[in-house]
Amino acid sequence: MNIVVLVKQVPDSGLARQLDAQLRVDRNGANNVMGELDEYAVEAALQLKEAHGGEVTVLTLGPGQATETVRKTLAMGADKALHIEDDAVGGSDALTTSTILAAALGRLEWDLVIAGAESTDSGMGVMPHLLAARTGAPALTGARKIDTDGASVTVEHQRANGYDVLTANLPAIVSVWDTINTPRYPSLKGIMAAKRKPVETLTLADLGVEQAGPAAAGNEVVDAAERPERTAGEIVTDDGQGGVALAGFLAAEKFI
Amino acid sequence: MTDILVYVPDSGKHSAEVLTLARSLGDVAAVAFDDAAAAIAGEYGAAKVLRVDAAGIDDYYVDPKATVLTDLARERTPDFFLLPSTDEGKALAARVAVALDNGLLTDVSGLEADGTATQDAFAGATVVKSKATKGFTLATVKIGATEPAPAPGSPETETVAASVAEADQRVKIAERVDEPAGDRPGLAEARVVVSGGRGVGSAEDFALIERVADALGGAVGASRAATDSGYYPHKFQVGQTGTTVSPQLYLAAGISGAIQHRAGMQTSRVIVAVNKDADAPIFGMADFGVVGNLFEVLPQALEEIDKRK
Repeated sequence: MNIVVLVKQVPDSGLARQLDAQLRVDRNGANNVMGELDEYAVEAALQLKEAHGGEVTVLTLGPGQATETVRKTLAMGADKALHIEDDAVGGSDALTTSTILAAALGRLEWDLVIAGAESTDSGMGVMPHLLAARTGAPALTGARKIDTDGASVTVEHQRANGYDVLTANLPAIVSVWDTINTPRYPSLKGIMAAKRKPVETLTLADLGVEQAGPAAAGNEVVDAAERPERTAGEIVTDDGQGGVALAGFLAAEKFI
Repeated sequence: MTDILVYVPDSGKHSAEVLTLARSLGDVAAVAFDDAAAAIAGEYGAAKVLRVDAAGIDDYYVDPKATVLTDLARERTPDFFLLPSTDEGKALAARVAVALDNGLLTDVSGLEADGTATQDAFAGATVVKSKATKGFTLATVKIGATEPAPAPGSPETETVAASVAEADQRVKIAERVDEPAGDRPGLAEARVVVSGGRGVGSAEDFALIERVADALGGAVGASRAATDSGYYPHKFQVGQTGTTVSPQLYLAAGISGAIQHRAGMQTSRVIVAVNKDADAPIFGMADFGVVGNLFEVLPQALEEIDKRK
């Protein structure tokens, strides 16, 4: 079973993030990390490989610094990586990104593509469906469980009040929530081994993608502003009557 | 007149919200795949209901619905095509965008008649205005961003006959499993949400959070720290990787207020926090806060709530 995992380097969601002068996600800070949900996708791929054999290939699109994210996935146990790196990519929208990733998938052998359910920067959560539309492969998204018999795939699609069991033939595209597993930490041995694993770097020209960036986008950002911070209201220290004060506030706001 | 096409999935609150926003922009044609959806479209001011009749469509995941919606959008060339920002709504919008080579905006919290969309970036820290530059304004509408307002009418109903093509039978829904939600309201649509964090300390002690939620008629939520520690089931997680809530009242107990969590609740109308750490970031955004031990403050508040009821 050959699996491609989609990963994306994003600014750390635990720290302040901003848009740059061109109103794009500022990726020049020092605090770039692998997308939070991508780790679960990598872990799911590794577990399927351990059960069924085959190879795990990591596919990423991003600037040179995204190599750090690629190395982390290789240290976790992925076998090889394809990194699309091209200055013309900056300012691309999700639709163009899906064109580029679909072209890259066209060069790889895969039975399954696994992605996180959404990125933690733009957070649109649409990439698996955009790729399904472009590649013709079925998309089974928002999984909390994946099973495969080598010919078909079954997932539990998580929803608010339960789940749906979805099935499709391979090759297929699956996205996962963080309910699916507990990602492993790279071992020291894994980190050493990662240095010798192959990482291929390709440009848009290599993939035959001619149009990218803002000119190819289907939307434009016309304005952006920091949201005014919420300001603190009344904060009291419990002197034995904190609960009474709390209930008093809730009553004044008509919640009781 | 501005033509708005709206996908109405069901009779849920998110359907009412997207219909309410849509009719502020122009004439709404609602696409409904069942009678419940058609009925809510009438209650919330749709001028027209496109009642799709496609035998067996519910047996498959998004593919056949995406084909129907793509065909309708292609035929009707609306000015706006709006869907609720549910997983299904986003999936359908993505399919339509590729099929029609159209721009795509997700999780918009507001729309103006000229197509300018408001979106939250970085968990609400930045507010972005965007516009489609290809095709019509195709957007999914953020859950909880619009206050639903009924406007009952008698829309003209047009039956749209469709069939499920073989190519759209790629993903079968083999089984639907509903997990008991209990008597509490759903997290995403609750008017009141009471959440517990790491400070609750154990699964057993989450019973206190549940008691407060029940006293206020609210839903129970949990921070990522609490769900990761196994104190409360993951599906109740509020935050960047969980559910985004926008209730009238959000009560955070034992939650420090990491960015991850604030992402999921900062658009709540009133925020109340109880935490023993006076420096917890949650106090910086709370309308009312008590610095104290939640195991003393909350039981006392419960007694007081009982007295006042």
